[in-house]
Amino acid sequence: MTDLPNFYPALPEIILACAAMAFMMVGVFTRAEKSLSIVYLLSLVALVVVAADLMTLSGQTLSAFHGQFVSDDFAVFMKLLVLLGSFLTLIMGQSYLRRENMARFEYPVLVLFATVGMMMMISANDLIALYLGLELQSLSLYVLAAFKRDTTRSSEAGLKYFVLGALSSGMLLYGCSMIYGFAGTTSFDGLAKVLAGPDAASVGLIVGIVFLIAGLAFKISAVPFHMWTPDVYEGAPTPVTAFFAVAPKIAAISLFVRVMVDPFGDLLSEWRQIIVFISILSMVLGSLAAIAQTNIKRLMAYSSIGHMGYALIGLAAGGANGVQAIILYMTIYLAMNAGTFACILCMCRKGEMVEEISDLAGLSKTNPMLAAALLVFMFSMAGVPPLAGFFGKLYIFLAAIEAELYALAIIGVVASVIGAFYYLRIVKIMYFDEAAEPFDRPLGKGLGGVVTITGIVTLLFFFVMSPVLDGAATAAAALIGG
Amino acid sequence: MASDMPILSIVTFLPMVGALLILLLVRGSPQDVANNARWSALWTSLITFAISILIWTGFDSSTHAFQFVEKAEWMPEYNINYHMGVDGISVFFVLLSTLLTPICILASWNAIQEKVKEYMIAFLVLETMMVGMFCALDFVAFYIFFEAVLIPMFLIIGVWGGPRRVYAAFKFFLYTLLGSVLMLLAILVAYFQAGTTDIPTLMAFDFPRELQYWMWLAFFASFAVKVPMWPVHTWLPDAHVEAPTAGSVILAGVLLKMGGYGFLRFSLPMLPEASEFFTPLVYGLSIVAVIYTSLVALAQEDMKKLIAYSSIAHMAFVTVGIFAANEQAVAGSIIQMLSHGIVSAALFLCVGVVYDRIHSREIDTYGGLVHRMPVYAFVFLLFTLASVGLPGTSGFVGEILVLVGAFKANTWVAALIATGMVLGAAYMLYLYRRVIFGELTKDHLKDILDLDRREVAIFVPLVVIVLWMGIYPASFIDVMDASVANLVKDYNAALAAAADSAITTASK
Repeated sequence: MTDLPNFYPALPEIILACAAMAFMMVGVFTRAEKSLSIVYLLSLVALVVVAADLMTLSGQTLSAFHGQFVSDDFAVFMKLLVLLGSFLTLIMGQSYLRRENMARFEYPVLVLFATVGMMMMISANDLIALYLGLELQSLSLYVLAAFKRDTTRSSEAGLKYFVLGALSSGMLLYGCSMIYGFAGTTSFDGLAKVLAGPDAASVGLIVGIVFLIAGLAFKISAVPFHMWTPDVYEGAPTPVTAFFAVAPKIAAISLFVRVMVDPFGDLLSEWRQIIVFISILSMVLGSLAAIAQTNIKRLMAYSSIGHMGYALIGLAAGGANGVQAIILYMTIYLAMNAGTFACILCMCRKGEMVEEISDLAGLSKTNPMLAAALLVFMFSMAGVPPLAGFFGKLYIFLAAIEAELYALAIIGVVASVIGAFYYLRIVKIMYFDEAAEPFDRPLGKGLGGVVTITGIVTLLFFFVMSPVLDGAATAAAALIGG
Repeated sequence: MASDMPILSIVTFLPMVGALLILLLVRGSPQDVANNARWSALWTSLITFAISILIWTGFDSSTHAFQFVEKAEWMPEYNINYHMGVDGISVFFVLLSTLLTPICILASWNAIQEKVKEYMIAFLVLETMMVGMFCALDFVAFYIFFEAVLIPMFLIIGVWGGPRRVYAAFKFFLYTLLGSVLMLLAILVAYFQAGTTDIPTLMAFDFPRELQYWMWLAFFASFAVKVPMWPVHTWLPDAHVEAPTAGSVILAGVLLKMGGYGFLRFSLPMLPEASEFFTPLVYGLSIVAVIYTSLVALAQEDMKKLIAYSSIAHMAFVTVGIFAANEQAVAGSIIQMLSHGIVSAALFLCVGVVYDRIHSREIDTYGGLVHRMPVYAFVFLLFTLASVGLPGTSGFVGEILVLVGAFKANTWVAALIATGMVLGAAYMLYLYRRVIFGELTKDHLKDILDLDRREVAIFVPLVVIVLWMGIYPASFIDVMDASVANLVKDYNAALAAAADSAITTASK
């Protein structure tokens, strides 16, 4: 009996993993036409239950599996975001799956498995645990990308994602092995101890860290490891793209933050320049390349590359304020992106999805509420106050200025102005151009609900600012202090 | 004097409430929606204006302290709060914003026929942002209001504007955004230096000299675009020409003042040493602006463009006045801003009147209007002369004070910008002659109608204010006097202290 309490910190993951496996059975043994609805409903319930269970872990720092797995306030906060992201994207996708002949019960199950992987990533406290979580997540995502298996586009996206993902995993593993070779341990706590002294880092270890960063940068699609993003975003079925854009990004950036701050925090001066470099490239490329896009999913891919660049500013700044800024930024990113993709999922004409930006022409006439929501999301992404996106950027730049990264901050704000151009272009097409054919209505309750809720949160974020900031501050303190 | 009512918050957010009500409640046939939206917007803005009058009547002009102060916690862990208040510098800008909004709504009564509901909502939201910006005493809140103005203005230009509206809207938005984000960084730097974003505290804070230069440049990037100063003025003619009449009115009437207000509120008090250091730069750019844009205005064929260029010239007077930094000049620059806010708004409305009838802004399409439109000719003349700076109108008071102050500070600068008055008379009277005088020969003008009652109602308050400010400016100057005197005193004290410390350092 002495070993059993040890599982308690990992209970949410365990519940979710068991639930996913059980739902697979449920799916197999129910009638085919009903299986999707049943598994869908069960999956949503499972996510809520896990979130509730997760709440009981807040306020304490616990570890399990001999220190391989850690649950602190940071982990709880980010896991809640991931669960929320999965929940929203599941709700958004339901009608799409039926319409596009993808109504197979494996879809929600795969989302659940990916979610388990992401939660493991967030809680990883060892290089091995890190890799386990990452692979569980990635494998589920590869399958999801190719889920619409009867189209070449989706299959191509899945394959591309798989090949490039495998490459990055290879780099990451290579980095891990070098770190292990030079430090003699894979545990984050152990690494932190080894690296505590002055000049503790050998060149070999630094090279290992560089490989590790490359692998992680791939997962958050930061430049120069972003090549897969536009193709996969475009090729994958839209609900899957929405999922890609939200939950895995949050998980990967949390992992990134934990790895850099926890074991390698003392080497800040060594890796900061790499992060600064990646961040600048991401922001600039994200802004410039998006201008030429005509497909809205590709545009969102570049947009998320840019957003990751901003989030990385917080990492480069380091310290509690930097981490807190990242947490806040990702929270806002979740709301904006889920909302935007819900709008994209509404772009359906006579039962067919359309994806060109020009298809949005005159949306303000044909569907004013949807246009207004997308307007809010676009201005928010551009970082115009008083919308949520502004506060995300505000705290990121606050952290950058505190860390005296002035050049990075200036490049960041200039890139945000360039980026504003393509967000404005969408507003222009919706509001200034002549109306195209209207989209199908009604949108469906799930989609409409997601658009409304995320829209209101984005619009009125300044009202809920204080509690979110408090939560982010506690989470950041848990990571930095522990 | 401060009452318990949060009057500034009421004035700020009442239009927003009106906008929400229009959004949620106005329903029915398209015709009903348009009419109800118009009336609701008009009443909202009129009530807002009526309440804002209370700020003036309740204002204690004997002190330079902020009045009607409201404070509430917002982000306590960062020491960022919701903090509102007005002093003698900002109080009239609040009134200017609340006055021009109902006028704009009236001016768009018939001119806007499409998406009337959305238009009225945009204007009311815009009013909230403008008033909030002039009242905000917290830097983050200020920045939010300052930037949020861009969203409704972008839509107003882009949706209801002229043929090249998309280009103009983008240029306006991106130009101003680029300036503003740099200011944001300066705000954050100030926050880490002083540990607060409270504007009164920051105004008293002593920033290190080296840092002041950088912060000043960042502020300058934002405010110079807004004013706009040469050479970053190019967005203004485009935006003015393409915006609907009411959009131009707000743009010229209030948005340009944000830049001047920013210089007065932030650059001078917070960064005195840098302000002194960069004064020659401001003088130089302003002189170029006065002469160059006046000459450009002479060559314009488009009425709105001409008035847009005249705005740049007039605002250059303002920047000279601010940085001359003596009492006459600063008071003059505020009066000049208010006067320009009224006069240029009225001139754009005058253009709007004939544009609504003929749908052309080309000067050549008009001529001899005095024969068919005597009342219009009179109103137009009055504002033309006010723009030129004829004694007895508001324009004169502002320009003469700025010139007196500038003369005290630097004779050459005063002499050079004085040429602007001559050139101003040239291009404005030339415009007036071509549009109003001469024979009425053009066929499409033969049955043009004079001002109707709605248009008279729009112009009457503006005429009254222009004459009031021109004949008895004391009722305005007295209110701002204490604040202006204090601003100048603090500025000089800070410079003297800096000079002292420089001497002590040198002698050590």
